[in-house]
Amino acid sequence: MAMLEVNDIHTYYGNIHALQGVSLEVEEGEIVTLIGANGAGKTTTLRTISKLLTPRQGNILFEGEDIAQYAPHEMVFKGVAMVPEGRGVFARLTVAENLDMGAFSRDDTKGIKQDLERVFTLFPRLKERRSQVAGTLSGGEQQMLATGRALMAHPRLMLMDEPSMGLAPILVEDTFKTIKAINEEGTTILLVEQNATMAFSVADRGYVLQTGEIVLDDTAENLKANEMVQKAYLGIE
Amino acid sequence: MFNKSIDIRDVIINGLLAGLISLSLSVIGLIALLSEREIISGLFTTGHIFLVGAPFAMAYVTAGKVLSEEKSKALGYGLLIGVVASVFIVVLTTLATFFDIRRFLVNVTPVLIEFLTFGKSLLIGNILIVVMMGVIGLVGAGLRILPEQFKHPLTSGLGWTIILGMFSEILASRIRAFFGRGVHKLIFTGKAFNVVSATILLVLIVGFTYWNDLRKKDQPEKEEVNDQTDGTKKRLQRIKMGVFGVLLLIAPLLLGTYLTEVTNNVGLYILMGLGLNIVVGFAGLLDLGYVGFFAVGAYVMGVLTSEGALGLGFTFWTALPVAVLASTLAGVILGIPVLGMRGDYLAIVTMGFGEIIRILALSDLLKPYIGGAQGVLQIPKPELFGLTLLHPRHIYYIILVGVLIAVYVSWRLRDSRLGRQWMALREDEDVAEAMGINLVSTKLLAFGIGAFFGGLSGAIFASKLSSIFPHSFNLVVSINVLSLIIVGGLGSLPGVIVGALILVGLPELLREFAEHRMLMYGILLIVMMLSKPEGFIPSKVLQRELHAHEEPEPVSSD
Repeated sequence: MAMLEVNDIHTYYGNIHALQGVSLEVEEGEIVTLIGANGAGKTTTLRTISKLLTPRQGNILFEGEDIAQYAPHEMVFKGVAMVPEGRGVFARLTVAENLDMGAFSRDDTKGIKQDLERVFTLFPRLKERRSQVAGTLSGGEQQMLATGRALMAHPRLMLMDEPSMGLAPILVEDTFKTIKAINEEGTTILLVEQNATMAFSVADRGYVLQTGEIVLDDTAENLKANEMVQKAYLGIE
Repeated sequence: MFNKSIDIRDVIINGLLAGLISLSLSVIGLIALLSEREIISGLFTTGHIFLVGAPFAMAYVTAGKVLSEEKSKALGYGLLIGVVASVFIVVLTTLATFFDIRRFLVNVTPVLIEFLTFGKSLLIGNILIVVMMGVIGLVGAGLRILPEQFKHPLTSGLGWTIILGMFSEILASRIRAFFGRGVHKLIFTGKAFNVVSATILLVLIVGFTYWNDLRKKDQPEKEEVNDQTDGTKKRLQRIKMGVFGVLLLIAPLLLGTYLTEVTNNVGLYILMGLGLNIVVGFAGLLDLGYVGFFAVGAYVMGVLTSEGALGLGFTFWTALPVAVLASTLAGVILGIPVLGMRGDYLAIVTMGFGEIIRILALSDLLKPYIGGAQGVLQIPKPELFGLTLLHPRHIYYIILVGVLIAVYVSWRLRDSRLGRQWMALREDEDVAEAMGINLVSTKLLAFGIGAFFGGLSGAIFASKLSSIFPHSFNLVVSINVLSLIIVGGLGSLPGVIVGALILVGLPELLREFAEHRMLMYGILLIVMMLSKPEGFIPSKVLQRELHAHEEPEPVSSD
């Protein structure tokens, strides 16, 4: 049984049919990437999985359980954490307060402390800046903070929405190294990306989303070699 | 506002601006009204303060833009500002003497012109006003360039003397009540200070501030030497709290009936402010219909206890929990339809809710139950142990208890788990949800608890006034409460109290302001938002946000 099973979901924004039957699977311990152009429905898929949107049709199973019964905030308690697009940090709160908010769903003081250590080990920068207001961090640091905050919920599945967006190339590389490291420590990751080259470099498998439908799914290796993918997403003629 | 160094053109523009402000205050009639309020008997009045306030402030600010070594330049600029500003007044008095300008400017009365020319002839009066404003500009600039150890004592001395002088009428009546006619005669001539007592007061305050500054300067060194000061400090803190508590308890005795009544009005607004502060300050939900909950509390109290035809025979104490519960419920009910709304949309819908409540109260439909436009009459005062709490000082204690509860609850909630949920909600709704925060319960609790205190305030209001009418519950009340929170500092508890004292207490004491109240509100809000947007006593987060750019820039890696 896969950790996450998305079965033929159709999500709408009013009358706009944004997801037209998306199915995908994420096995425990994997990094799975979802690539596609602007407006293909990548973020919509993530928001549907984290229950911020409700599909009109189809179902989503997390560890075998249909998530339809849960409210959005309960998904965090189930072990699904999201790193929102555009880094979504609490701009007026300090780094420490942001991280503290990430552990909102938990009350095991000891575990929270351990995870805080883990976040500070992954991102020493955050430790230096822990009393700085998040809004004054640089773009790369804000991405670290958003990722660290999601880790504070101690998720089993982490949904990441375009972590490379708006970052300088050198930072993009660092970001993906961290993603790999987090995964190696045992967190399953579903990664939405436009930067297909980088995404394939860390992912085990990938899905290609086009105008609300999955058009391709394969291992990252095979996708990288796929002619259509090369043309459309990797910029190779 | 202006960071570049200042040249003569800017100075003249500043002078013109200051003059324009003085002129406006004159022609709207405020100066003439305030000229009745003496500060030092026979010498100068609150009218003078408002007349020269703008040139004084402008000279003070302008002098600060001049390099610190160019002292004579700063003084010259101050003088220039005063003289330029006075031109407006000269033109006004001259025009008023030769033409009938009262036809367009109804407030340019002979009384005003007499005041502006110091009761002298036009020529002499005009010379006097130019000289006076020039001197004021000079003083403003001079004060600014003084070294810090003199500047602070002098400004606070002048400030406090003027403020106490403005309220000398009340002060005088209190002093007569406690110390008798003899002492009163010694300090006051009529309703105002005499020259001697004002000078003594000024010297005392300047002296005390100077001494206090010196003491503070010494203190940090002491702390390093001696660790025991921490314990002493705590004890001192406790003594201060104790004194403050006793003062709160005996306040009605010190204040007398009139001031207690004013305090009660302020107290009701503090109660509403604390409630709305939970909704707007903590949870960031902009609610413009807050008066609706105040109205629900008042009407439930009124209808349940009224001794008139509408009444249901409850006592104040049995009706109070019902009234408060009803408004809490109203808060939750309002919360449900607006769960999905944000920002501007939320503000508009809640504003509509407030109006709906008022229109329902006014409607013929509900007239048989809540009296329509005639309102609810004959609401009894509360009774306690067979004693009817008739006097304002009795009501004072009820309001005091309410405010203390509201302060305690707000303070505890702010640092609680729920408080953190509100904080996350205020900062970013989407991220808060992704963080595992239940938006539905978080929002409804904010609306409900906020409405609880609004309803409590309304219930006490109904009993205090003995009758309630729909027109007491219009939009202006919501705006007032929101303004006092913003002026005090959004999300800050002491801020609510300071805001209520300034926006509700002051206009009550300066009755001349009554017809200019909204104008003064507007001016105060604009000035506040430009100069101190975080409010008088800002909360931690707001302070950080609005002054983030003043912190050293972070070293950026990208």
